[in-house]
Amino acid sequence: MKPSKILAWTAIAVGVIYFFVPLIGTFEFSMRMRRGEYSFDAYQSVFADMQFRSTFGFSMLMALFTIILGMLLIVPTAYWVRLRLPQMRPVVEFITLMPLVIPAIVIVFGYLRLYNSSSWIPFTGSTQGTNILLVFSYITLSLPYMYRSVDTAMRTIDVRTLTEAAEILGAKWPTILFRCIFPNVMSGVLSGAFITFAIVMGEFTMAALLNRPAFGPYLQLIGANRAYEPAALAVIAFAITWLSMGLLQIVSRFGKLAPSRP
Amino acid sequence: MSTASTSFIDRRTVVDWLGIAPFMIFALMFLIIPTLYLVSGAFFTPDGQFTFKNIADLFTPTIMSAYWISIKVSVASSLGGALIGFFLAWAIVLGGVPSWIRSGLLTFSGVASNFAGVPLAFSFLATLGRTGLVTVLLRDWFGFNLYSTGFNILSFFGLTITYMFFQIPLMVLILTPALDGMKKEWREASEILGASTWQYWRMVALPILWPSLMGTTLLLFANAFGAIATAYALTGSSLNIVPILLYAQIRGDVLHNANLGYALALGMIVITGISNILYILLRMRAERWQK
Repeated sequence: MKPSKILAWTAIAVGVIYFFVPLIGTFEFSMRMRRGEYSFDAYQSVFADMQFRSTFGFSMLMALFTIILGMLLIVPTAYWVRLRLPQMRPVVEFITLMPLVIPAIVIVFGYLRLYNSSSWIPFTGSTQGTNILLVFSYITLSLPYMYRSVDTAMRTIDVRTLTEAAEILGAKWPTILFRCIFPNVMSGVLSGAFITFAIVMGEFTMAALLNRPAFGPYLQLIGANRAYEPAALAVIAFAITWLSMGLLQIVSRFGKLAPSRP
Repeated sequence: MSTASTSFIDRRTVVDWLGIAPFMIFALMFLIIPTLYLVSGAFFTPDGQFTFKNIADLFTPTIMSAYWISIKVSVASSLGGALIGFFLAWAIVLGGVPSWIRSGLLTFSGVASNFAGVPLAFSFLATLGRTGLVTVLLRDWFGFNLYSTGFNILSFFGLTITYMFFQIPLMVLILTPALDGMKKEWREASEILGASTWQYWRMVALPILWPSLMGTTLLLFANAFGAIATAYALTGSSLNIVPILLYAQIRGDVLHNANLGYALALGMIVITGISNILYILLRMRAERWQK
């Protein structure tokens, strides 16, 4: 065997051990709740917890709103920049990458100072307002991923020709946008949606500091107070991430198979 | 005639700009103004006087030690992640392993780089905590007590090894395309000219790759520096890193000075900002060879 091949397999082995041991460890730990034998008691305890259901549902709802509102904001913007304002592309791209540079905790700190109950726009003055602010904060966090996936999908279609064709056939702007552009960038919209879903479901900082009963703060609370349930929750969270990323892979592979116009 | 056409152009320009107005307003309201508010707040006293005192106060022992621990954890986890990630990416691109390992590792990396936050902390507690699987197996099978060596998952080393779980996959994901871009001809040309493998890597491959390597390491650094959920769930507030200090400050003004809190946030933005700017510069350099 060539030395380079030995080195390659060593690297793979190290990676496999590093990544799989914690996953196996978590799974094993989550089954230890009953003394002396393995059982799924920790999972039963988690699923029976009312707070689990309510926080999980809350985060799902927030993720849904984030995806819908985020896409309604991102797709028209990406489309418009490609069609009419190509000179603004670097600026828009730079803005969408800023949430990767500014830590989430700093952004939410700004919100708390700027939108408190005694400010001009008192988002945090009411429960409904805080929920809206939370959705906006999630849109901000997922900007880099949503914009990137939509813009990549838009690269494969000829936006200008599609728009002109639709205009010649007498379509109005809403028709062009929702019946022409959206369906054509669906693979990008969906991959952005899945990654956003994975981010929102586990997000801790924003929800904790805005005091909303989301899944992330619930996980933290259980971690501080229980022994075996956290491991079960980690397995569940990993399954959610795996599911979203798996769907993303399927969607992006599907998107590549779609005929791309020259 | 000419006035009509100018006004037409003007109207069109206005419509053009109106098209991205929603996005710009959103970005201003929920990204740019909140950040600028904190940044400017760092230069004022609570009663509105301009001052550099908040910045100067960052250099007190408590805050400096928080920054120092944060930097140490971020450097260690980004270097460790970059090193292991590099070898993994190299193995799947140039190491001659079967292609199912390549696609498997890339898919897994996509998942693992997004598996962060609170659940990640739970995983490592269940594995390397006092009653975790590895700790127990080492004790029962080899009679080796991990915790008697001074190891603790709730420490600098524990946090570093936990962060690497999302650092390594990120390195693999970013570096694989860069390694794919290495042309076969470069290798062949250097072999024909009589270079050894070592010489090829030292004189051809690494000089081309180093902007990618450095740039990605900086990205990993910024990634670890801003992370809070994992550290908070893992160590509570026992490990004094900057994001946790800022979290405590937002929750309960532990520094007893709101504007010092803004300075703390500014410090974080400066550090992640510098590493990201360097990343972008290095990336531009790297792309010269990857056309």
